Amino acid sequence: MITHNQFVKAIVFICLVAPLCWLGWQISLELQQPGSALGADPGEAIVHYLGEWSIRILLFAFSITPLRRLLKSRALARTRRMVGLFAFTYVVMHLLAYLFFYLEFNWSGMWVEILERPYITVGMLALACLLPMAITSTGGWQRRLGRNWRLLHRMIYAAITLALIHLWWLTKDGFEDLVVYTLWFMVLLWFRWRNVSQQLR
Amino acid sequence: MLTRKVSKIRSSEITSESIYLTRRKFVQQGALAGAGLSVGLHANAGLQSNDDITPEHIVTSYNNFYEFGTDKSDPAENAHQMTTDPWAVSVSGEAKKTGKFAFEDIVAGLGRQERIYRFRCVEAWSMVVPWVGISLKEILQQFEPNGNAKYVEFKTLVRPSEMPGQRGIFSSIDWPYVEGLRMDEAYHPLSIMAVGLFGKELPNQNGAPWRLIVPWKYGFKSIKSIVSIRFTKRQPRNTWSLLAPNEYGFYANVNPAVSHPRWSQANERRLPSSIFDPNRRPTLPFNGYADEVASLYSGMNLTKNF
Ligand code: HEM
Repeated sequence: MITHNQFVKAIVFICLVAPLCWLGWQISLELQQPGSALGADPGEAIVHYLGEWSIRILLFAFSITPLRRLLKSRALARTRRMVGLFAFTYVVMHLLAYLFFYLEFNWSGMWVEILERPYITVGMLALACLLPMAITSTGGWQRRLGRNWRLLHRMIYAAITLALIHLWWLTKDGFEDLVVYTLWFMVLLWFRWRNVSQQLR
Repeated sequence: MLTRKVSKIRSSEITSESIYLTRRKFVQQGALAGAGLSVGLHANAGLQSNDDITPEHIVTSYNNFYEFGTDKSDPAENAHQMTTDPWAVSVSGEAKKTGKFAFEDIVAGLGRQERIYRFRCVEAWSMVVPWVGISLKEILQQFEPNGNAKYVEFKTLVRPSEMPGQRGIFSSIDWPYVEGLRMDEAYHPLSIMAVGLFGKELPNQNGAPWRLIVPWKYGFKSIKSIVSIRFTKRQPRNTWSLLAPNEYGFYANVNPAVSHPRWSQANERRLPSSIFDPNRRPTLPFNGYADEVASLYSGMNLTKNF
């Protein structure tokens, strides 16, 4: 028998790998017949697709604490580490896709891009915030760091803020998705602020 | 005068597809010049032996036409909603013959030519497109611009009921889309109004019924679905430089030496690219048309006038 916890975890897991399965499927179609699935510029399509899912999953990870309170679901709270690690994985794949398709692993070119293009700079900074969180996501690190672990994981605020700046800077027009992501983030911030101010009272 | 009904371009008037196909072979074999047919002097100007024509389905499905949405696939999905018949064009400003004209009256009697040009987007991708075009100079001269006409400004249709991108509340573009050229640029033999591609009528997503093509400039200069032509004394504004003046200029000449804040312009992805081959190649000054057009800008600082 699977427990309730395992069930919730399995559902969340399936939701998180589904976008990758879809991408894998599209890539396999593309390999059989170029242009059949991802359009005229598959590289661009893959970079964008992984970027979109990066921000969504990052926001989902940030939503889990408030959602747990709303839904009174401890099982959901237990998926938080997995969701966070998935978000990190998507961002890394987004970066790899960018390195492969846009820069063709031209490392010196990468430094120029990081220094000269502000939207790349903030994207990298967002990733730099996520990296220590991913490394210290294990129970062992959690114990070793004690109180500092929670402090360290507040970097999620910076990571999402930087990711949203990345998005605002690279979007030329048609801001609807961006408005949704930003509002979503602000609602979550408001939720947390309200909680803290209630605790202080 | 909106008197005559707009007639579709008859296929007999433009290069038939079989002629186009033979021409394609000429291009591939590198026999570029003197292909005979109706190809004009500048038809294949600057085309290189590795410039394969981009497949038609890509030219008609990968478009930037924000009036129909910001995704590359949006125009092909939505542009069928646009009514292009009848099509009125208003001509105004520093010219003798101004007023409202029917599109087909303007182009009637003017010679159509196939022009195979590279098309380079500011987003660092490019295509090679066989346009069916009319000399822009011949079109503009009909209106007898006067001595004050130093520039010409073009505007795209505004019709939110048929253009979903113009209904969005999260767009920062102040419609209509506007673009402009200096008169000497407009009179350059490479500048055309395209009325077709691949020997067929221009599809809506590519800017039906007619759109500008200035092959040595970034694609955003080549304004689509034009309803207004105005001759002006002063340099007209253009949509992208209004939105982000530090990113997009008035001239927008393709220039690998001046990078855009978002994209290096040193090279480009020639479409279609594939998963294993981004098909990247170096970008050429003036998109490879420097021999023909560089003299237009002699003495100008092209880094400042980007
Ligand atoms: C938390 C980190 C990040 C998130 C959430 C994120 C998210 C996104 C999103 C949503 C898009 C837009 C996709 C679209 O327009 O459909 C995007 C585009 C892009 N991102 Fe990121 N990104 C992140 C980090 C990075 C990093 C580290 C790099 C590279 C160094 C990068 C490079 C790019 C590039 C090159 C584009 C495409 C821009 C274009 O084609 O105009 N991103 N990203």
